Amino acid sequence: MAAVSVRNLRVALGGQPVIEALDLEVADGEFLVLLGPSGCGKSTLLNAMAGLLEVSGGSIEIDGVDQTWASPRDRNIGMVFQSYALYPNMSVANNLSFGLRARGMPRAQVEERVQRAAALLQLEPLLARKPAQLSGGQRQRVAIGRALVRDARVFLLDEPLSNLDANLRASLRRELKLLHQRLGATMIYVTHDQVEALTLASRIAVLHKGRIQQLGTPAEVYARPANRFVAGFMGSPPMNFLEGTLTMNGGVPHFTAPGCEFELRDCDFGAAAPMAGEAVVLGVRPEQLRIAAPAAWSGVVTLVEPMGNHQVVWLECGGASWSVLAGSDARHQRGERLPLALATGSICLFRADDGTLRGVTA
Amino acid sequence: MKAARPPRWYADPARLGLAALAVSAAAFFLLPLYVMAITSLKPMEEIRLGHLFSWPTQLTLDAWHAAWISACTGVACDGVRGGFWNSVSIVLPSTLIAITLGALNGYALAYWRARGAALLFGLLMIGAFIPVQVLMFPLVRMLGPLHLVGSLAGIVLVHVIFSMPIMTLIFRNHFAALPRELFLAARLDGAGFLRIFVLLMLPLSVPMLVVAAIMQATGVWNDYILGLVFAGREHLPMTVQLNNLVNTTTGTKLYNVDMAATLLTSLVPLAIYVISGRWFVRGIAAGAVRG
Ligand SMILES: Nc1ncnc2c1ncn2[C@@H]1O[C@H](COP(=O)(O)OP(=O)(O)O)[C@@H](O)[C@H]1O
Ligand SMILES: [Mg+2]
Repeated sequence: MAAVSVRNLRVALGGQPVIEALDLEVADGEFLVLLGPSGCGKSTLLNAMAGLLEVSGGSIEIDGVDQTWASPRDRNIGMVFQSYALYPNMSVANNLSFGLRARGMPRAQVEERVQRAAALLQLEPLLARKPAQLSGGQRQRVAIGRALVRDARVFLLDEPLSNLDANLRASLRRELKLLHQRLGATMIYVTHDQVEALTLASRIAVLHKGRIQQLGTPAEVYARPANRFVAGFMGSPPMNFLEGTLTMNGGVPHFTAPGCEFELRDCDFGAAAPMAGEAVVLGVRPEQLRIAAPAAWSGVVTLVEPMGNHQVVWLECGGASWSVLAGSDARHQRGERLPLALATGSICLFRADDGTLRGVTA
Repeated sequence: MKAARPPRWYADPARLGLAALAVSAAAFFLLPLYVMAITSLKPMEEIRLGHLFSWPTQLTLDAWHAAWISACTGVACDGVRGGFWNSVSIVLPSTLIAITLGALNGYALAYWRARGAALLFGLLMIGAFIPVQVLMFPLVRMLGPLHLVGSLAGIVLVHVIFSMPIMTLIFRNHFAALPRELFLAARLDGAGFLRIFVLLMLPLSVPMLVVAAIMQATGVWNDYILGLVFAGREHLPMTVQLNNLVNTTTGTKLYNVDMAATLLTSLVPLAIYVISGRWFVRGIAAGAVRG
């Protein structure tokens, strides 16, 4: 039984459709990440699941019960808001217990639940403080605690780490993953950060323009992106693209672009056999390239970004801007022409017209 | 090279000009107050000499005493103290009820998107700009049969009605400026309309409540026309009694008593301004800028 299942969901805001015909099944205990750029409708989808927004069509089931029109308080959902939304006039303890008291839980039980959540999140020394007296990371913990105390089966988290600095973000990310392993609850986690998505998710749903572009494990989404949008959104620096055509050379498909031609070995084209002259876009991840001969391509260095343990070298390659990873001790000058060889991994081909995946090499 | 320290502020001629303007403006507004104050402290013989600005040669509180206890306001001759207590008993309920209802309305309009909320808000906006005088006669005709004209309940009701557009407006804008996610979080926590209002929204609105109370209390205290029409003889507010006192001439006109009664009447709003100046400025800004 799915913990959450969304069918044919439509949401309109201010007369504008934001989510159109969206289907999503989240398994019990799963950590599903909704990944997408800002403004793609992630918060809208989450708010619709929580019942904070009226949907204009479709259905939402939680724990097997149709909750499409249920009030938010009856959905047994814990939610962490992007801005935390801690009640500024209440102490941390009261922030945690507000929802329990609102449901008329006996005082002793409220006390016990608050203590348990506080212990789990190391909030005990902070219980008497007001939110204004907390650091960003502590506020985040309180927000998670507030969702936790109600023992909800499903947690919705809306970019919970986006307001924190990089170090804190990384450490809270790990805490969150441990928490999920400990609780075994279903978590639906919204983010625009692909690193968070890759590290946390059991499955990732990539959202763009109110539609799910791809739903799969982090490895699948990374290695076999369903279309150019997903390919470009996942990975940092993003995938390199080059426009060209398919050619057949001795019965073997080749990718051809001005100044470069190479063989697509063991390429899986799916049902439709490759045809000479098909317009395609080649996609190669930066880490799949090496600066070495024999060169499959070459490019002129435009920029070098040192990253500490490695460098990102940006090149001008047949009219496109490409990036390639180099060791931290490599010395490359602007204007230098470098040979590029294919190192490892599969190369993607996308249809030039609609950007969907055409084939992947082995 | 070390940069030169910028000149100190008092050396700046523009600042001096500004200070001069402030001082002269203050003098312009304080002069009448000064004349009133010293006149109220002079005996009549000294006033008859006609030296308007001169400091009293013999200071006396007789006029203040008379204004409070024994000056004639029409037929009765027991000063403005009755009016003072009438005004207090009008101001307190009018203020409490108006800000409670205004906050509740504003909260409902800002968060609970009822059907027709936009229309209601539009009507309130228009209502805030309709002059009181236009509505007076219809209101008398409406409240008359309900025996509400000439009673404390009647005048309080009228004050509450007339303040409702501006109070609702102020609070709606205040609540609309709070982060909406707070409200959503409380809803998800299972809190209902009143629990969210009392436990979350009101504590977050203390500054706004103070401002609204100041605006309403001064407005009601300073009201004359509504008190005259709706309060009835038993509950005439201080402003109406003051008018009667000044216009009742039996024999010589007692300027010192008039001045003392006027100062007594303006003491309450004056005290509110002085004590809560900081809040009041904020209130003006809230009314003028937001919205
Ligand atoms: N109240 C609203 N009225 C109209 N459009 C809105 C409203 N709220 C959000 N939107 C639009 O809906 C889209 C999705 O918003 P949101 O779900 O907040 O995006 P995300 O959380 O992915 O950044 C955005 O394009 C935004 O402009
Ligand atoms: Mg968002």
